[in-house]
Amino acid sequence: MSQLGLLSTWIHPGAILVLGAFLLPLFKGRVKKAYLLLMPALAFVLISTMEQGVYGVIEVFGQEMVFGRADKLAIIFAYIFSIAAFISILYGLRVKEDGHHFSSLIYAGSAIGVAFAGDFLTLLVFWEFMAFSSVFLILYRRTESAYKAAYRYVLVHAVSGVCLMGGIFLQYQQTKSMAFVPVEVGGLAAALILIGFLINAAVPPFGAWLPDAYPQATISGAVFMSAFTTKSAVYALARGFAGTEILIGLGVFMALYGVVYAVLENDIRRLLAYHIISQVGYMVAAVGIGTQMAINGACAHAFAHILYKGLLFMGTGSVIYATGKSKLSELGGVYKYMPITFALYMIGGFAISSVPLFSGFVSKSMVLSAAAEEHMSWTWLLLVLASAGTFLHTGLKLPYYTFMAKDQGAKGEDPPLNMILAMGIGAFLCIFVGVYPKYLYDMLPYATNYIPYTTEHIVWTGQILLFTWFGFYLYIKKLGGEETVSMDTDWFYRLGGGYFMVFARRVAAKGDDFVSNLYKTIVLAWGMCLARLSYELDKGVVDGLVNGVARFFVGLGGSLRRFQTGQLHDYALSFALGAFILISFLILVI
Amino acid sequence: MFHKIFEDPKKTKVIRMVLYVLMVVFIIWDVLMERHHMIFPWDYVPGFSALYGFVSCVLIIVISKIIGKLWLQKKEGYYDK
Repeated sequence: MSQLGLLSTWIHPGAILVLGAFLLPLFKGRVKKAYLLLMPALAFVLISTMEQGVYGVIEVFGQEMVFGRADKLAIIFAYIFSIAAFISILYGLRVKEDGHHFSSLIYAGSAIGVAFAGDFLTLLVFWEFMAFSSVFLILYRRTESAYKAAYRYVLVHAVSGVCLMGGIFLQYQQTKSMAFVPVEVGGLAAALILIGFLINAAVPPFGAWLPDAYPQATISGAVFMSAFTTKSAVYALARGFAGTEILIGLGVFMALYGVVYAVLENDIRRLLAYHIISQVGYMVAAVGIGTQMAINGACAHAFAHILYKGLLFMGTGSVIYATGKSKLSELGGVYKYMPITFALYMIGGFAISSVPLFSGFVSKSMVLSAAAEEHMSWTWLLLVLASAGTFLHTGLKLPYYTFMAKDQGAKGEDPPLNMILAMGIGAFLCIFVGVYPKYLYDMLPYATNYIPYTTEHIVWTGQILLFTWFGFYLYIKKLGGEETVSMDTDWFYRLGGGYFMVFARRVAAKGDDFVSNLYKTIVLAWGMCLARLSYELDKGVVDGLVNGVARFFVGLGGSLRRFQTGQLHDYALSFALGAFILISFLILVI
Repeated sequence: MFHKIFEDPKKTKVIRMVLYVLMVVFIIWDVLMERHHMIFPWDYVPGFSALYGFVSCVLIIVISKIIGKLWLQKKEGYYDK
């Protein structure tokens, strides 16, 4: 393979961000801002000039780690990740905390690392880095509810990491190979790896962490988060599980699930978070279909989605930045104060709704065409139904009740220039991809001559959109925000555990012979076993994390010092312990 | 720049009228256009996507609201108790 590109030696684009982050304290003021923007720009140039091939193979403890498997599937994801990193950094350029920038750089760099990972070990390393860097983007919000949400977030991702690790090691035991290639489905190893991926892709019932955490993140942190975690999981699914049938059903369910919750949501960023789940549903379903057209569709939709979802999160973030309010029931009429934000948000709204000439139109249709080619009528019908919901919420309801509707006294102004510019770049790309889809299609993993702009397709989409608007207009009064929260599967770890404890205590306290005997023989025996397991996990993983997080705040002043202390080491140890327990438990059971 | 449009009932009415006209135009276009890529039975039915779009929108609102009211929606602060 040729290594001639811009440079004669291969440089990992993700490493520029990850290692570059460590030099951040050296710079101040404008130089720091320039340096922040330079890193993703450099990564972008490296990725766009990269030749396909395998680079960066390093042997660690006799195990080959491939840091640079650069094929088309890897490159398109790395490419869009670097664009997202640039836009998000530009948007958050005024963030004062170095630690915030540091975490976001590690996060973005690790996402690129996931895309280029050629073996499971490398994948796992970056997978973990993503989880434990992104949590700081929630913690820096510095509110009580953000701390709690961050804790739950990191807990869920620790489970994802443990599942992935367990699966990888089991798989290695069976195949003696660490290569990150399509996984043979069937068996525990594949199932664990799949669950690890599904958790990060926010597939229900594992998806509640996303709408729980993202609305609690900092304003620019949420923009980063909307781009990387779920889409790197989509990449991992496309790489490992293309054509796995169960993903079709899960994807379709996800697409509808997100839409239902979006009807009920009052918080503007939580509404968008549910629409990430809905949109990722298209990608997961496409991966499940698994044909060349479908994989192309999944990649194209991930690409378009990162751009418009980032734009939407930037728009709503600007509203929160300016007005301090995040609920539909408290907003309204702000377009008068922030016309530019409104206009740019609407471009993102049209793009996600797949209005012709915007990016969603040229990407979502590939997924639908892939379903049509395989004659999957239910998949097709339900995905189209969900797309009506997308327009209804993200394109109509959210902007109507945020920017238009009745002025509820929330005032503000358009955000600073860097934020406007970031939104402007996102908006430009949403239109550029929509008008000139060849730019996107040329990057897709499989060569395609797909034409999105056919008469049938335009007529069909036009009717869906217009009549969805008509439905919205009829129900407009009923769609305003309600001051409620919606239960999701996070209920189980937010309240369910507490209820279970109360129940268990009552049962134990009764002293009834039968019950207590039954309890002793069955519940306790199993309970002790489980408790032991969870205690170990708790002591190792959870406490390690809680203490880690708490310690982080104690020493927030020297935010970078954190990563040089033993904490990461603590975590690695406890993580290994947790994984070891899980694996030995599984091996014993089976 | 937008308030001249949104704050003027006459102009919002014009926008609505344009959308109504477009709805009719698209259905007529659907009746008249030549069909090439027909895969599903409903591809033969002109105006199907108009009906399906409208029904989808209403179904999503009604079903979600029912599920929300009966089950999912709780008062704010539900998790803090």
